[in-house]
Amino acid sequence: MSNHAVIRIEEIQKKYVMGDIDVMALNGVNLEVLEGTYLAIMGPSGSGKSTMLNILGMLDRPTHGRYLLGGQDVSQMPDDELSVNRGKRLGFIFQSYNLIDQLTVIENIHVPLFYQGVDLNDCYDHCVELAKLVGLAERLDHRPKELSGGQQQRVAIARSLVNDPLMILADEPTGNLDSKTGKEVLEIIDNLNASGKTIVLVTHDPNVAKRAHRVVHMKDGNVDQDIMNREIPKLEKSRFMEESNS
Amino acid sequence: MISLRLLRTIQLGVKSLLLHKLRSGLTMLGIIFGVCSVIAMLAIGEGASYEAQERIKRLGSKNIILRSVKPAEDEQEAASGQGGFVLEYGLTYDDAHRLKDTIPGVERVLPMRLIRDNVRFSRSYIPCQIVGTMPHYAEIVGLDIVAGRFLSATDERNQHNICAITQGLAERLFPYQNPLEQPIKVGSVYYQVVGIVRETNMPDQRAQQGDADGEPLDNNIYLPLSTVRKRFGETLIKRSQGSFSAERIELHEIRMQMKEEKFVEIADPQVKTVLGRFHEKTDYEVIVPLELLRQAEETKRMFNIVLGAIAAISLLVGGIGIMNIMLATVTERTREIGVRRALGAKKQDIITQFLVETVVLSVGGGVIGVIFGVVIPAAVEHFAEMKTIVTPASVIIAFGISGAVGILFGIYPASAAADLDPIEALRHE
Repeated sequence: MSNHAVIRIEEIQKKYVMGDIDVMALNGVNLEVLEGTYLAIMGPSGSGKSTMLNILGMLDRPTHGRYLLGGQDVSQMPDDELSVNRGKRLGFIFQSYNLIDQLTVIENIHVPLFYQGVDLNDCYDHCVELAKLVGLAERLDHRPKELSGGQQQRVAIARSLVNDPLMILADEPTGNLDSKTGKEVLEIIDNLNASGKTIVLVTHDPNVAKRAHRVVHMKDGNVDQDIMNREIPKLEKSRFMEESNS
Repeated sequence: MISLRLLRTIQLGVKSLLLHKLRSGLTMLGIIFGVCSVIAMLAIGEGASYEAQERIKRLGSKNIILRSVKPAEDEQEAASGQGGFVLEYGLTYDDAHRLKDTIPGVERVLPMRLIRDNVRFSRSYIPCQIVGTMPHYAEIVGLDIVAGRFLSATDERNQHNICAITQGLAERLFPYQNPLEQPIKVGSVYYQVVGIVRETNMPDQRAQQGDADGEPLDNNIYLPLSTVRKRFGETLIKRSQGSFSAERIELHEIRMQMKEEKFVEIADPQVKTVLGRFHEKTDYEVIVPLELLRQAEETKRMFNIVLGAIAAISLLVGGIGIMNIMLATVTERTREIGVRRALGAKKQDIITQFLVETVVLSVGGGVIGVIFGVVIPAAVEHFAEMKTIVTPASVIIAFGISGAVGILFGIYPASAAADLDPIEALRHE
């Protein structure tokens, strides 16, 4: 028995109206991503990969088609429900880290849980654990401005894990980093995937994409090539089965 | 749990505001000035009108005061130095009777005669004022009995040669003796002191004129009205340098006490009609303390409206300042809003976050404003010796308005923040 599909996308279209012209950013995309997959999405600008990421990240709704996340149709959810689902089921890693300046490292890690109504005092150990995982246990009370780019991105990774998400969406996570720190960050992501996390990563860099199990190339709003680099390991325990059963 | 979350949001708001201390401080200044000026101005206004109202209240809100005044045309004749001319004016005993009998709702009528003279005891010879009046003077005008007793009805009936004197006069006239039972001499008649009293009203409300220098006297001698009539007659002769004038006045003042306040307004025009029928010239004035009180209250109300308008404007300006800064903040923190939305914040969470920041600004300004608003009137009272009253209502209103301003002017920037498209917001540089 193969792994369950975390993402199932059926005939997704996304149309933008720009003045008088309708722009088809996505044009009937079908995609299924199994749990535990490390997926890289590549493609030139204007290929629709950003739109794809926005829809996968529930920041945007498709004009047509269905998007099932962990078996649940989220394609036409109202705004507030999308927010709740993002907070509970997704982890985001951005190119420019996007930490909140006025918060310390530990507080930044806690943000997604804050919006789920969990007080920092009630999950402090969990947040510290994640800070340790990304090697920042010594800097819990530092502000983002006091950290290097690599360190900031590691805080962002810890933050993306704090809600134990179904999958992590990473948008050019190494785009602002030098190759050495970029490599460190990618190793952390590799380790996460090795421990069973589903990763969807958007990148320009073929060297980054090489680390993924599967690489999807996009072109003109659709999937151009879909390459399997490696076999996706079987998971002992499915995350979302457990979620949908409970 | 919800309140804990709100607490955390407030902490976050304070943290965000502290990130730009100068900016937050300057923004708060508008509210601080607004709140402080409302409280301070109202306190000073309240203090001023309180003093005026107290003064009027002491005249008695149930009373109508009638005073004899020299008619304007006669004043000129008298001033032209016509010797031997006797000026006749003022209220009469008949007026007092008529008022008591015809005006409905009259409780008591208190006639008074005021005569300037000198009093002698042993070697002391002191200028004084004779007040010829009735026993109920004590209640209507207000007297404390220090020793002995005040005039009685028997004294009045029998024209007794007794008197009560004020404490001030007693101290000057009898420095080493107990004044009670002592005879004092006014004119050529001796009067026995039966009581020492103290006027409870302020000097400027007393039924007396000042001395030659305008100084109010505390040298009153109270005699039964009948005794005064018998001993002094109706004609009073005033001597001044090189000339003298004679005036014939029966009563200097009549105080009418009404049974209830509601009769005062009805009686006021009736009193004027009754008197007008028997007085060709307006040689009297009618003072209605209740009316004065109403006028003072009306003035105060107008004053408060003007102050309220000024306050509203200053708070409005403060609010606009806050809104302006919050709009700039929203633009500046667009990316943060996008991140928060991506990480699970609902629109409502963003609204709450920014609204809390505005309210923290305005309420913080309000608190500081209240502190200044309480301290400044106290300082004014201390240094300028003006009475100020900080009413709790003004503090509550000013504080409430500052909070309301925060919410009112925070809603727009907050909803602007919440309405940002998360994708656009994340892309914002």
